[in-house]
Amino acid sequence: MTDAMWAGTVAVTGHEGAGLEAYAARPLGSAPHGGVVVIHHMPGYDEATKEIVRRFAANGYAAICPNLYSREGAGVSPDDQAAAARAKGGIPDEQLVGDVAGAAAYLKALEHANGRIGVIGYCSGGRQAFLSACSLDIDAAVDCYGAFVVTAPPAEYPLKAEPLISRAADLSCPLLGLFGADDRFPSPEEVGVLSAELEKLGKEHEFHVFPDAGHAFFAVDRPAYRPAAAVEGWKKVFGFFGRRLAA
Amino acid sequence: MCTYLTEKLRLDGAAKGASGWFTVTDGMVYVDHPYHACHEHTVNIDLTNPSEGPSARVAIELTEEAALALVEAIHKALAAAPPGLASAAPRPASA
Repeated sequence: MTDAMWAGTVAVTGHEGAGLEAYAARPLGSAPHGGVVVIHHMPGYDEATKEIVRRFAANGYAAICPNLYSREGAGVSPDDQAAAARAKGGIPDEQLVGDVAGAAAYLKALEHANGRIGVIGYCSGGRQAFLSACSLDIDAAVDCYGAFVVTAPPAEYPLKAEPLISRAADLSCPLLGLFGADDRFPSPEEVGVLSAELEKLGKEHEFHVFPDAGHAFFAVDRPAYRPAAAVEGWKKVFGFFGRRLAA
Repeated sequence: MCTYLTEKLRLDGAAKGASGWFTVTDGMVYVDHPYHACHEHTVNIDLTNPSEGPSARVAIELTEEAALALVEAIHKALAAAPPGLASAAPRPASA
């Protein structure tokens, strides 16, 4: 048993053959391992998200985070890419699904891959994790405070994001949802509506709404960080993936 | 929360970014999570030139108080100068 890992920048093929930059990490041991696609938050492909990728590798998974804003130009800093993507209203859903599929294919092709794939996303990535789970054949999905799954963004918002609840019947795998009680996007009421819909459809899901936590409570480099919720949340994530992605 | 609300405007001037000076043509103002400032939300101002790519950007993240103080300072500075002195409209050369 070794806890050594490899981590670094790789290239993956995304939607419509686009070349994407991605950050990957994987254990160096030869035991079979599951794969995790990490979907970054709206501020982009940043250091904190890369740390999350390494965290999965340290826990025995091969993980990858595609830079969803790669199309804004090579050699452009991630914060400038995020600002440019924001000015365009975010990224199209169809493109996101293609990019996640490309990242999943990269993980499945790794030497010791066990063929199982989980997806986890934060903030806008939470909604996109749900979208991926309704669009692709994957084994487990985690939605961390994704907004606009149940309700549309207010009309004056430039964000191109349609509600996804009508697609819940297509959910291909169990869903873990981690939310903050003080969050407004999504509000606990919206979380309740999504939970009820999944219940009605007989879709396996496990939702947790943490007290004293709002949006982005996992973000260790932001004032929104809430250690109690994050520590408990990570336990839920590893418990869930441990059950769903084991060989 | 992510507000996403973005005020966009056309600008005329110049700014110094990571790769030096560039002509500024566009701006965005939005209240949202900052990238760097240590606050949950800030007033974020981007001065950009999209024709020169995403790197032609100066990013500013200010608290509400700081943003309003900046607006007031701009008004005061303009009020203290002769009207039209910094205008883009062509003016006769002064002696």
